[in-house]
Amino acid sequence: MERKLLTYEEKDTWIDKLCGVTKLVFFLCWSVTSMMTYDTRILVLMLVLSLIIFKISRTRWDQVGSVFKFILLFLIINLLAIYLFSPAEGVKIYGTETVLAGSGRYALRAEQLFYEFNIMLKYFTVVPSIFIFIVTTNPSEFAASMNRVGISYKAGYSVAIALRYIPDIQADFRKIRNAQMARGIEMSKKGKLVDRIKSTTAIIFPLVFSSMGRIETISTAMELRSFGKHRKRTWYMARPLKRNDYLVIAVSVLFMIVALTITYMDGSRFYNPFV
Amino acid sequence: MKNNKFTIQQVVAAGIGTALFVVLTETQIPVVIVPNTALQVRAALLAFLSAVYGPVVGGIVGLLGHALGDAFFYGSVWWSWVVPDAVFGILVGLFVKQYKIREGGFGGKEIAIFNVIQIVANAIAWVLCAPVLDILIYAEPSNKVFGQGAVAFICNAIMIAVLGTLLCFAYSKIMTKTSSLQKEE
Repeated sequence: MERKLLTYEEKDTWIDKLCGVTKLVFFLCWSVTSMMTYDTRILVLMLVLSLIIFKISRTRWDQVGSVFKFILLFLIINLLAIYLFSPAEGVKIYGTETVLAGSGRYALRAEQLFYEFNIMLKYFTVVPSIFIFIVTTNPSEFAASMNRVGISYKAGYSVAIALRYIPDIQADFRKIRNAQMARGIEMSKKGKLVDRIKSTTAIIFPLVFSSMGRIETISTAMELRSFGKHRKRTWYMARPLKRNDYLVIAVSVLFMIVALTITYMDGSRFYNPFV
Repeated sequence: MKNNKFTIQQVVAAGIGTALFVVLTETQIPVVIVPNTALQVRAALLAFLSAVYGPVVGGIVGLLGHALGDAFFYGSVWWSWVVPDAVFGILVGLFVKQYKIREGGFGGKEIAIFNVIQIVANAIAWVLCAPVLDILIYAEPSNKVFGQGAVAFICNAIMIAVLGTLLCFAYSKIMTKTSSLQKEE
């Protein structure tokens, strides 16, 4: 329950100094590419690149380690599930069958291993980019820079409020849970399913209703300050896009186009080493 | 002016709602049978917020909340499961006028409407949208993703039918008093 969240930490690197929006563009291009492609060569290249960028951003292991272990667990479960549900999916995709060991439905096939290896790569290419994005982006600056690229400042404000209040609501959540535990409600994983649903309810109701009150308070305060009266507003944290920003955006978009072109050149998104 | 206030409230509701959704990401009760699916408390929250504030807030909370929650807690964003949450929020929010939660009129008939809509929206989001996106994006085996989708659908539908309905009902009860006060002005 108390797993550490990923949070922003100021560092003096050129990645840190980029605008939030630049990093968002990079992240979106990166994840679109990694979602679309199943080309092993590109995935490996992306993995190497993201590890290099990870190094440059000077992200420390203790900032992301606990989250990474969780992803690893998640990934292993997912890979096993795919094997369990469809042990010959790779054969369907690559069109050949090479049995390495065993026989019958759950025979170990080279194609299946390769297919699941690709899924693993897909996970690993996205993870560092998210780590970097969260750990190097100042939330306030990010909201400000969303407005800069033409997203309505009201939407930007929603994002800013969300990022601003996550720690507060988390603190509320802990307080309420501790209070309920003090009253003797079983919160640990030992309880039965029904008990756990009940105890969850005991946290959710106070939490949601205090948040509803919060919505009323904040929106009234914002209305008193004439939020939304004008069509534009300025941001304290706004940063102009600099040369590096344009450079990164251009490279990200270019990389996406080239990677997807290579992937789809032979008419299939899969790289097939078997034929 | 009234229209304007509504917009501000939507902006704030989307923001706070997203924050709540993110915090509740980890409050889930795992279902042992199928991997990576669980009884999610945040599903009930999303249904509740969509029913109170409408499709815009529902869509933003679903999309942003799921993406941020995934990113903060799991360091990875599964877009194929982010989009269905947004779809669900929008679908439930579209019928915001039917529930009469803010007017304090969430009674028997509204409860029935709310649950029919949430079940249909859940089915569209999890049995249709999520598996299809999983296949398109990740090329995962279809029996696996449809299995996961079906479990997610059942879990969410149950969670919302119980907790979502209760939240709407309780909130609607509070609203009765304030709205009757406002009429006196």
